[in-house]
Amino acid sequence: MKDLEKYLEELKEKGLDPERYARFRDELAVTRGVPTTDRSGPFPNFSKSIYSWQDLAVLQDQGRVPNPYQCHMKALDELLERDRQREKDGFPRKIRVGRLIKPGKGGKGKIVVVPSTEEEKFLHDPTIRPPGEGGSTGGSGKGDEGEVIGEQKVRETGEEPGQGPGQGEGEAHEMGASAYELGKVLTEQFQLPNLKEKGKKRSFTRYIYDLTDRNRGSGQVLDKKATLRKIVETNISLGNVPDPGDMDPTRFLISPRDKVYRIFSQEKDYEPQAMVFFLRDYSGSMAGKVTELVATQHVMIYSWLLYQYAGQVESRFILHDTEAKEVPDFDTYYNSRVAGGTEVASAYKLVNEIVAKENLAADYNIYVFHGTDGDDWDTGGDKSIPELVKILSYVSRMGVTIAEHAGTQWTEVARYLENSGLLRDKPDLLRLDVMNEDAEESRVIEGIKKLIS
Amino acid sequence: MELINQHTKEIMEGCKERARAAGLSFTDESLEYIVTNRDLIELSPKVMIPTLYDYWVHDVEVLRGKGEYELYPHNPYETVINTRPPISFYNDNNPDWLNVMIFYHVLGHIDFFQNNLYFRHTWEYDFTGQALSDKRVIAKLRAEKGRWVDYILEFARSIDNLVAYHDELSPLFKSPDTATSSRLDYYFDVFLQVEKKLPVAEYLKEVARYNEAVLQDKEEGERIFFAEVTAKYPEMEAHFAKSRSVKRIERRDLLRFLIENSEFLARDENSWMRSVLEVVRKTSIFFQPQIRTKIMNEGWASYWHEKLFLVDDRIKGHEVDFARVHAGVTSMPRVGMNPYALGMRLMYQLKEIGDKGKTGYDFHRLSDANQRKEFDAGTGQGDEFLFKVRSNYCDYLFIKEFVDQDFTNRYDLFVTGKRLDPQRMVWQYYVKSRDAREYRDMVLASLYHPPHIEIAPERGEDGALYLVHHFEGKQLVSEYIANTMVGIEYLWGAPVQLETSEAVIEQTRGTAGKEGGEEAEITWQRVVYTMKEKTLSRQVL
Repeated sequence: MKDLEKYLEELKEKGLDPERYARFRDELAVTRGVPTTDRSGPFPNFSKSIYSWQDLAVLQDQGRVPNPYQCHMKALDELLERDRQREKDGFPRKIRVGRLIKPGKGGKGKIVVVPSTEEEKFLHDPTIRPPGEGGSTGGSGKGDEGEVIGEQKVRETGEEPGQGPGQGEGEAHEMGASAYELGKVLTEQFQLPNLKEKGKKRSFTRYIYDLTDRNRGSGQVLDKKATLRKIVETNISLGNVPDPGDMDPTRFLISPRDKVYRIFSQEKDYEPQAMVFFLRDYSGSMAGKVTELVATQHVMIYSWLLYQYAGQVESRFILHDTEAKEVPDFDTYYNSRVAGGTEVASAYKLVNEIVAKENLAADYNIYVFHGTDGDDWDTGGDKSIPELVKILSYVSRMGVTIAEHAGTQWTEVARYLENSGLLRDKPDLLRLDVMNEDAEESRVIEGIKKLIS
Repeated sequence: MELINQHTKEIMEGCKERARAAGLSFTDESLEYIVTNRDLIELSPKVMIPTLYDYWVHDVEVLRGKGEYELYPHNPYETVINTRPPISFYNDNNPDWLNVMIFYHVLGHIDFFQNNLYFRHTWEYDFTGQALSDKRVIAKLRAEKGRWVDYILEFARSIDNLVAYHDELSPLFKSPDTATSSRLDYYFDVFLQVEKKLPVAEYLKEVARYNEAVLQDKEEGERIFFAEVTAKYPEMEAHFAKSRSVKRIERRDLLRFLIENSEFLARDENSWMRSVLEVVRKTSIFFQPQIRTKIMNEGWASYWHEKLFLVDDRIKGHEVDFARVHAGVTSMPRVGMNPYALGMRLMYQLKEIGDKGKTGYDFHRLSDANQRKEFDAGTGQGDEFLFKVRSNYCDYLFIKEFVDQDFTNRYDLFVTGKRLDPQRMVWQYYVKSRDAREYRDMVLASLYHPPHIEIAPERGEDGALYLVHHFEGKQLVSEYIANTMVGIEYLWGAPVQLETSEAVIEQTRGTAGKEGGEEAEITWQRVVYTMKEKTLSRQVL
């Protein structure tokens, strides 16, 4: 198979016009489908199973075949229809819709829908091992036992590959087909809560047509009040009004320029601005399903915002363990993992700092969505609560999602939020949703409804 | 798909002659097709078998593009498939010299398919032909039963790794001169061991006594022996007669067990489901040897394409091109496991072992490293030894037996580990061990190995089907348990139970113990899952 990327570049050099070039690029981006595990790090082969080496690829350089562009949507709908039928027949759904979002670097998000399914069997799970162990594979060459031959930053973008299901997040982030449909429903039923008119600064290419502009001399509709005003003005300046207390309209002189008409005009439409902060705990304890849940929920919220507000909602992404940092785009946001401790306060504090520094509260409706497993080294919330109170002074809504590990209940974060009384006092500003790590997709959707209703 | 042109076919035939001269053996005919991208889209989800039955999961995979499954290997799809005649697939723009190399590689595979005894059950028929008729059966059923065919396919496929593949092979290897009477089998295998629970010493005495009797009198020995047995255990004959009337219960092959024993499938309106199960089972058993001989098969093919290509007179002037491609295929990665490279180096090692006579006792009792290195009995039986290994081994035995310290030292192999350094927040890749035993265990752990799940019909209550997972150090993927059991319950028509082991990660101190790289102990506990009316419950034993 020819490398299409290269071929496209060749065509470009031969003088393909830019518009078509862009269209071809888009097409390629879609047909590439779901990227396989992003094998980052110094040793991309670390987690490659021996069974994934095969003749066609190795001997004949036969890369993965791109999917025909035209067979995407139609077939997908058929497959989803089949899946709905399964439910009626009393079997759980199987098709998952992957990658509602194809995050691009630098905020060029793209929505691509790709189905996938897993054939479940009884299989050995190679991923059960003590934490901090990353598995092992073969190697060859120099080096004494114990010698370190390469390192990979945990905080770098890029998950740790080969972690099996629910961990290596670089694999397509998937959600059930039901989520895809419910996402549509969300869009139809919900809006950002408490949206206020704030800092109408950004105009978009949306126009409304209205009879608002005034024009003197000619136009569609005579604006009587304004016309009369003009006439009075003119007559006063002409000295034609001897006694302002007793006006005689019949004696007014009227010049053509005094007639004020309303004319049809194009108006730019200003919308309230919103800024959404996504906060995610990516500490060590978040490994596995809880991250999956939180990330899934954030993907959904993010997709929905993109869809509903067509990119007018600005999003900021913050990851925290014991320290918080802001990352530039969604891609990085949901592909990062580390394994440190947890301090929720660090993230809240960063939000406050950003808001204060950029003076966002004046111009933006601010929303904060925070996902965590409820662990916090700051057990009593002594650091978090003050920061939280500060956040509540300006947000339109803050939603905290706690995905509890199996067997834990009443986590630190949930406890100190409860005890602080904020949930009770400001139900309109602060929402808490606690779910189990085994929660189904539908439960995640319910959670979103709870957070934004 | 179209056949290769006459010019290329001529090259292939030339390759066959040279490969035969080197000692490979395979059938005369073979088919070579040029494949386009479009063909590959269709073929790859079907494991390159053009006539495999249609199934919606294949469509999903076509839509999705083939992702790699880290968790478990698919049947690896190949350039050449094990059919009669063997069919191989080629890119439409390979130059001649590259085709020569690929042809040799393919011939290596074909020789392996047709001579390795793990493929014994695939020798008598052409799989594509069989697959085509199966495909028609399923298509016909679809026309009648609609989507239910796909449900049954799905449920069958979810347990298609629980087929007793080795049981399938063993009857094929009965040599005629060891035929024993069923009475004798029953006496030694069941009566003495299961019923009487004889101690080993006693049992061996009994065996010796039988051998003695047969030695004395070849014709009548057995009769005389059993006359004595009856004197000692008067109940033996009655037990034997009774055992013949009891049907043997299948314990290892869940698919077959369901076909034979499920009351739900036995109903008239459901009997069509059996043929679907049968198709899935046959298909699975056909692919089993492929996945169990990946390293050997690729190693063997790589070994031969290198050896034969270099002496081929028709490719003068392309040695450098070859070297580049070949290095890409068979170089040992700094980190990772390349089955082509590992297999090929083991083959070279075997050749040397055979040539220098390092297979015998004289060599094995040497413990001095230098003497071991220098040892050369000059037997020159390398090829013979290689071919013997090719016929009789699978990956597991191959790795277990031949990856030794000599081998790992020679190629500088080590186990690479990966660990978290919590202070500096980095994953470190480090040389974990250069001990051949550890390397061997690491390779063995990465091989395909379906869980050992046995059926225990006597333990199910109220018609439930009781499955026992024999724990071998790894738990089952827990996310998959529910859906797999839904399928089994449907096919069985009554509740299903699965006894298995699960890891409990001990927390040393509260929830915060999960943070960082705390040393957590893994302990195992036995649990029973019960699937009843599509709801799963779990109970710790």
